[in-house]
Amino acid sequence: MLNRKLAVLVPILVAGPLLASCTENTKADDSDPRSIQVVSSDDGCDVSKVEVPAGTLTFDVTNSGSKVTEFYLLAEDGLRIVGEVENIGANLNSRLTVAVPEGNYVTACKPGMKGDGIRADFAVTASDEKVEVSADEQAQIDQASANYLAYVQDQSDQLLTETTKFVNLYKAGKDDEARALYADARVHWERIEPVAESFGNLDPLMDLREADVADGDDWTGWHRIEKDLWPEEAKGYRAMTPKERKFYADDLLENTKKLDKQVDGDLSFTVDGIANGATALLEEVASGKVTGEEEIWSHTDLWDFQANVDGARVAFEGVKALLETKDPELAKTLTDRFADLQKLLDAQKTDDGFTYYDELSPAEVKQLSNAVNALAEPLSKLTGAVLARS
Amino acid sequence: MKQPVVSRRALFTGGAAVVGVASGLAAAQAIDSDDTTGTTGPAAYAFRGEHQAGIVTPAQDRLHFAAFDVVTDSREELVELLQAWTEAAERMTAGGAAGPIGPTEGDADLPPDDTGEAIGLPASRLTLTFGFGPTLFRTPKGKDRFGIADRQPKVLRELPHFPADALDPERSGGDLCIQACADDPQVAVHAIRNLARIGFGTVAVRWSQLGFGRTSSTSTSQETPRNLFGFKDGTANLKAEEPEALADHLWVAQGDDPNAEWLVGGSYLAARRINMRIETWDRQTLQDQQDIIGRTKQTGAPLSGGEEFSEPDFAMPGRGGPIIPVDAHVRVVHPTKNDGAQILRRGYNFVDGSDDLGGLNAGLFFIAYVRDPEKQFIPMQTRMAQSDAMMEYLKFTGSALFAVPPGTRTGEHVGAALFA
Repeated sequence: MLNRKLAVLVPILVAGPLLASCTENTKADDSDPRSIQVVSSDDGCDVSKVEVPAGTLTFDVTNSGSKVTEFYLLAEDGLRIVGEVENIGANLNSRLTVAVPEGNYVTACKPGMKGDGIRADFAVTASDEKVEVSADEQAQIDQASANYLAYVQDQSDQLLTETTKFVNLYKAGKDDEARALYADARVHWERIEPVAESFGNLDPLMDLREADVADGDDWTGWHRIEKDLWPEEAKGYRAMTPKERKFYADDLLENTKKLDKQVDGDLSFTVDGIANGATALLEEVASGKVTGEEEIWSHTDLWDFQANVDGARVAFEGVKALLETKDPELAKTLTDRFADLQKLLDAQKTDDGFTYYDELSPAEVKQLSNAVNALAEPLSKLTGAVLARS
Repeated sequence: MKQPVVSRRALFTGGAAVVGVASGLAAAQAIDSDDTTGTTGPAAYAFRGEHQAGIVTPAQDRLHFAAFDVVTDSREELVELLQAWTEAAERMTAGGAAGPIGPTEGDADLPPDDTGEAIGLPASRLTLTFGFGPTLFRTPKGKDRFGIADRQPKVLRELPHFPADALDPERSGGDLCIQACADDPQVAVHAIRNLARIGFGTVAVRWSQLGFGRTSSTSTSQETPRNLFGFKDGTANLKAEEPEALADHLWVAQGDDPNAEWLVGGSYLAARRINMRIETWDRQTLQDQQDIIGRTKQTGAPLSGGEEFSEPDFAMPGRGGPIIPVDAHVRVVHPTKNDGAQILRRGYNFVDGSDDLGGLNAGLFFIAYVRDPEKQFIPMQTRMAQSDAMMEYLKFTGSALFAVPPGTRTGEHVGAALFA
C-alpha cells in the first residue's frame, strides 16, 4: 500500500534545523515566563517578550497577515536555526516548543516565506532549568544516516539478485521452485518498503494487491504472479500463457532494477526520515500482514510480517543511541516490545520459514495483533522524541 | 436545548395539530410548538411533499438504514406493500404508531400493530426516505419481475469496483432501501423494525446499518460535526438554502433520462460503508493528520488559512510543495477538481462493536445524494481512491446505489409514478 510517510527521502539537512513540534493548539499562557506570543503580520513580527529565562520555551505563533508565514528562532549569528515552524496559513496559529540554553538569539517572522524575514534580538537569561546540548549528537545523526543508507542499499541489492532468480524460475515453468523462493525474495522488499514507496509509481507497479486495482487498470507486480502460482483458491482462474508469464516477470524485474538504481543514486536519510520509516513499517504490519490481506493466495504473510519488523527494528536501532540521550524510557519500552513481538514470531517459525497465515488460529492472530499494537503505539512517538531538543 | 414536542400520546387522543405539508427544501412546518425558544427546527417533518423528506432536511442526529430484497415476483404484492409502507410512514413521521390501532389499544388476543418501544416518545424529527435499487428493475440474471425494466434509469446500476473496496456482499446492494433519520435512535429503530415487520412475505431485510452521529450538515443553520477521525466533515456540502445548486446537482430534472421521467424531482442515493483504520490513524502526528485532510483539526479551516468556511487556496505555496498537499482529502474531492461536481452528503458515524483483533469496527456510513451518479459520485470516488492520502486509513466494506423517487403526494403511495 502507498504510505504517506515520504519524509524518508528528504535530502539531508542535518546541519540545519531540527524541526520542533509544529501544532495548532490552544493559546499559550502568557503569565508563564517561558511562554511567548508571536503575531506575524504581512509587515510585522510582534514578539510578546524579548527576554526570557533559559529552559523549554513555547512560541505561540499566530498569522494575522494574508500570506503564509514562518517563524524562526536563530542563534546569535543569525544563521544557525535553533527552532522553526513553517506553513502557517492566514488566520491560523502554530506552536514551537524548543529547549534553549542561556545566550543571545534572533527571532524572525517570514511572511511570504521569502527573504531574511522580520528580525529582532531575543535574549535568554540564566536560570535553574538546565539545558545541555550533546556534543555527540551530530556524530550520532551522521552515523545513523550512513548506517541506514548502507542497509537499504544492501537489501535492494539482495532483492535484485533474488528477484532475478525468481522470475527466471517462473518463466521457465519451474513452479515448485518459484513458489519456494517467492516469500524469501519478497523479504528484501518488505524490509525497505517505505523507501520504495517514496519513489512514487514503483510501489503500485510492483506490490499492488488485487483488491486495490481500479476497474480497467492493469495489475502488475508480485501479487499478479502470486495468484498465478497459487491459483487453487481463485475462482474460475485462467492460468497465464508462457507469453503472459514473460511479460509480467520481465516487468517486475525491470521495476526492481529501477528501484535498485534509485537506491544506489543520490540518496540520503534524515534522522526523522529513518524514524518515520520504522513507524510506517509497523503500520504495514497492522493494516495488511496481521490481517492476512497481503498474501491472499500464498498465505505467506508471516514472512512479510517478519521482514517489516526487521526493517523497523533496524531503523529503530539506528537512532537508538540518539534516543537514549533524549528519552531513555521510550528507548527501553521499544526495545522490550520489539523483543516481545519477536518471541511470538519465533514461535511460528518452521523449517521452511513460517506458519502459513491460514493455518494460524484466531487466538494466535489476536496475540500477534496485540503485540503489534503494543509496539506501534510507543513507536509512533519515536520521530517526535528523536527530534526533540534534549 | 429544548425541542418542541409532538407526543405520540397526543396524536392518539386527537390532540395533535395537522402536520404542515410544505413543498420543497427543508421547509416543513413546526407543529405544536408551544415552546419556540432555542429551537433549531420543527418537531416533525411532513412525510408528503414535492421531494422526499430526509434529503435536504437538516440532518438529524441518528440513522437506521435498511436495504431489502423483494422476495415475491408479484407486482401487485409489491405495490400493496408500498401502499402499506406509505401509510405507516406517514403516521410514524407525525409521531404516531406504525399501525392504525396502536401498541396497546388493540385486541388483547392479537399481537399489537405497533411494537411499542416508541410509546411516549416524540416524533423526534423522524424522516423516512425510500429508494429503489437496480435489482428491483432487473435481477442480476436480467429478469424483469415487476414489468418496470423499461423504466430503469440508465445510470441506476451497480457501482463499479473501486480500489480499496473489500465489499461484503451481505452489506451491499438491495432491491429497496429505507433511510430512517431521527434525533432519537429508538425512534429510528422503531420505524425500521415496524416497516420490516409490515413487509414480511413481500420483502426481507438484506442488511441494515445504525449510525449514531451525523457527520454532515445539510443546512446552514447546523454546525459541521466531526467524523471519527476527529475532523469536521462535509464543510463544503450542498445546503438546503442553495436552491439553484440543488437544482443543478441534486434533483433529477425533466429530460435527464427519457425512460425514467417518474424520477423527476427525485435523486440518487449512493451508500458506502467505510471502515476506518482507527488505531493506525490515532498514531499519526497532528501535522500528518492535518496534511491528510487539508484542514486544521481545531477549527476546520483549510491549511491555506482563514476560518472553516474560507475557500481553500490550492495554489498557495508552502515549504516543500503547496500548503494544502496535492493528495489532501479536501483538494481531491473539491468541486473545482471534479468538473464542478457537488454532492449532498448525509453520512453517519458508526461503531459496530469491535473486530476479531480488538480494533473498533467503526467508521463512516457515507450517504450521498446526487442528480447523476455517473457524473458526480463515481468520478469523485475514483479520484479519491486513486489519489487521496486518506485512503490508506479506509476500507470500503459495503456499497449500494438507489434511485430515490420524488415526494409522495396526497393520495399517492411511495413510487406511485413508477408503477403508474
